[in-house]
Amino acid sequence: MNTATGSGYLESLLREQPALPASPLAWLNRLRANAVERVGALTVPSARDEDWRFTDISPLTKMPFQPVTRAAKLEAAAIERFTLPEAGARLAFVDGVFAPELSYNRTAVTVANLATGAGRHAALLEPHLGRHAGFADNVFAALNTAFLHDGALIVVPRDVAVAGPLHLLFIATQPEAASYPRCLVAAQAGSAVTVIEDFVALQEAAYFTNAVSEIVLSDNASVSHVRVQRDSGAAFHIANCAVSLAHASRYRSVSVALGGRISRYNLNVLQAAEGAQCAIDGLALITGRQLADSHTCIDHAWPNGVSRQLHKCIVDGSAHAVFNGKILVRPGAQRTDSSQSSRNLLLTGKARVDTKPQLEIFADDVKCAHGATVGQLDAEEVFYLRSRGLSDAAARNLLTYAFGAEIIDRIPVASLKQRLESIVLAQTNH
Amino acid sequence: MIYQDSTTVLEVRGLRASVNGIEILKGIDLTVRTGEVHAIMGPNGSGKSTFAKVLAGHPAYAVTAGTVSLEGRNLLELAPEARARAGVFLGFQYPIEIPGVANSQFLRLAYNTVQAQRGSDELDPLEFDDFVREKMKLLEMNPDFLDRSVNEGFSGGEKKRNEILQMALLEPRLGILDETDSGLDIDALRVVAGGVNQLAGKDNATVLVTHYQRLLNYIVPDYVHVMDGGRIIKTGGSELALELESRGYDWVSAEYKNAARATA
Ligand SMILES: Nc1ncnc2c1ncn2[C@@H]1O[C@H](COP(=O)(O)OP(=O)(O)O)[C@@H](O)[C@H]1O
Ligand SMILES: [Mg+2]
Repeated sequence: MNTATGSGYLESLLREQPALPASPLAWLNRLRANAVERVGALTVPSARDEDWRFTDISPLTKMPFQPVTRAAKLEAAAIERFTLPEAGARLAFVDGVFAPELSYNRTAVTVANLATGAGRHAALLEPHLGRHAGFADNVFAALNTAFLHDGALIVVPRDVAVAGPLHLLFIATQPEAASYPRCLVAAQAGSAVTVIEDFVALQEAAYFTNAVSEIVLSDNASVSHVRVQRDSGAAFHIANCAVSLAHASRYRSVSVALGGRISRYNLNVLQAAEGAQCAIDGLALITGRQLADSHTCIDHAWPNGVSRQLHKCIVDGSAHAVFNGKILVRPGAQRTDSSQSSRNLLLTGKARVDTKPQLEIFADDVKCAHGATVGQLDAEEVFYLRSRGLSDAAARNLLTYAFGAEIIDRIPVASLKQRLESIVLAQTNH
Repeated sequence: MIYQDSTTVLEVRGLRASVNGIEILKGIDLTVRTGEVHAIMGPNGSGKSTFAKVLAGHPAYAVTAGTVSLEGRNLLELAPEARARAGVFLGFQYPIEIPGVANSQFLRLAYNTVQAQRGSDELDPLEFDDFVREKMKLLEMNPDFLDRSVNEGFSGGEKKRNEILQMALLEPRLGILDETDSGLDIDALRVVAGGVNQLAGKDNATVLVTHYQRLLNYIVPDYVHVMDGGRIIKTGGSELALELESRGYDWVSAEYKNAARATA
C-alpha cells in the first residue's frame, strides 16, 4: 500500500479521536464530526499536488503519531528559558494539553483554554471557529479540527488595547506524540493586541505538531502576531493560519522558522473589507537536512487595501527552503497597494531554495511590486568588513546574522527579540 | 607636511594589477613618507579606485607584478583584515550599506579588533559609546547615527562622514580616502576636510584620491600625482592641482605621450 496517499495512515491518526470528550456545545461536536468526515474523504498530499510540489512529507507518514493520553507535568523551571517577562498572559500547552499550572492571565481580557472557555463565549465563537481556516480540502486543518479540544481563546473587547503581549507556549516533550494546537483570536472593533505563538521542544524528538489558528479583526482593530517555530530538529510541523481583516484593521505578523525536520506554514490573510492593511514578514533559518516551507496568500478582496511582505530564508548545509507567496487582487479591489519581496541566502553549494511569487491581479488601478533574489553573501560587503579588520569568517557571520536580524528586528517584544537574536547569532557562527 | 626625520610608510614599485584578466594598473611607483599628504588625481576610469582597492587587498584584483610594502612589511602577502590591523585604512568611494547591523555595533567590532591586534584594551559598549561620541563631535555627526544600521539610508555626505569616523577610530598609519569629497555639499566638505586635517599627523600619512580639485582647497597636499591609463604620468606639488583645475588633464597626457615617444 502506498502510505503517502492511502487512507490507512489518516485512519490511524484518527484512532484516538472518538476518545475525545464531547463538548457541551452541539455545534462544536458537529464541527468535529464534519472534520472527521472530511479526513475520510481526503488524502495526504503528495508531490503531485501543485501546493506540495517541493515539500515531500512522506517521512511524516512513516511514523504512527498519536495524541498523548497522559500529559507530562512540568515544573516551572523546565520552561524558565522560554518565559517572556513582558507577557501579560501566558497559556502553556504540553504536547497539546492545556497546562493551567504553567499559565497565568494578568490582563483584563479573555485569555483562556478553548475547551473550558468556549461555553461562556459560545455566541462569539460559533461564527468564527472553524469558519476561517476551512478544512473542506485541507486534510491537516481537517485533522486539527477533528481533534479540536484544548487551545487558546483570546477575546479583546471593543476599544481595549492590551498592554503586554499574550504568550501562547506550545511545549513538545514526548517522541511520537501528535499535538493539535488550536488558536482563536477575536479582536473586536478598535482593539489592539500582540499575540505570540511559540512552539518549543524540551528534547530532540520526532513528533508531529499540526496547528490551526484563526485571527479575526473587526473594524479598526490592530493585531500584531509573532510566530516562532523552534521545534526539535527531528519534528514535523504543519500549521494553517487564517486571518480575516475588517474595515481599516491592521494586521502585522512576523514568523520565524528555525526548527523542524519538515515544517510547513500556510498563512492566508483575507482583506474582507475596505482599507485593511497587513504586513507579513518571515524568516526561515535552517541547516542540515531541514526543510522549511512557507505558503502565504494575501487576498485583496476590497478597495484601498495595503499589504507589505518581506520573506527571507537563510539556508545552510543541505537544507531546503520553499516560499510561495500569492497576492490575489480581486476584481473591484481598486487602489490596492501591495509589495512583496523574497530574499534568500544560500550558505553552501548544497543548500536549496524554491521561491515563487504568484501575482493574480484582476483589478486595473493597483500598485503591485514584487521581487525575488537568491544568492550568496555580497563580496563587496564582505570586503568592506574585512577592510575594517574583521576576519573573513567574522565578516561572513556578521552579514549572515544581519540578513536574519532585519526580520527579527520587527518583533515588537524586546525579550523575545533578544533571545532570537542570540539564537541567530549562534547559528550563523561558523 | 614634509618632515626632515620622516620614515617611509608606503613603498610601491612597478605595481601591475588586473581584474577578470584585464590589466588595469600598468606599473605604478609611489613612495609615501610619514607626515605627508598625497593626492592622486586623474580622469574617471584611470584606475584610481583600483589602485586604492589593490592596496587594501580587494580579492577581485590580481596583482601580476611589482611590490608593495608598508613600513617595510610586504603588504601583498597579507589578507585585507591583516592589512587593516597593520594600519591600512581605505575610505570607500561607495560605502556599503549593511541593514540589520547597528552602526555602533559595527564600529565597536572594528575598533576592538584593531585594538586587540595592537595589544591595547578593548572597550565595552558603554565605554565605547562615550569614546565614539567624542569622535563624532569632531565630524559634527548626530549621535543618532549610532543606532541606525550601517550606512543604511544615510545620505552621500553622511556615509562619507561615517567613513572618516571609522578612520578616526582606527587611527591608521596610512589612510587612503577614495573620492571622499564626492556627494558633499560645501558645509559637509569643510567638516570632513577638517576631520582629515585633524587626523593627519607626524606619524601617519594620507593618500587622497579625487578627480576634483575642490577638496584640495581644504586639505593641502604635499604631492599631487596624475593617474591615467593605469599609470602615474606626472607628479608635482599642490600647485599642480590648480593647474589641472584650469587646464584639464589632456595636456598632461599629451606631454606624457610625447616624452614616451622621445625615449622610444
Ligand atoms: N571589477 C571590474 N571589472 C571590470 N573592469 C573593472 C573593474 N573594476 C574596474 N574596472 C575598470 O578599470 C578601469 C579603472 O576603474 P577605476 O579604478 O574605478 O577608475 P577611477 O577610480 O579612476 O575612476 C575602468 O575602465 C573600469 O571599468
Ligand atoms: Mg574611482
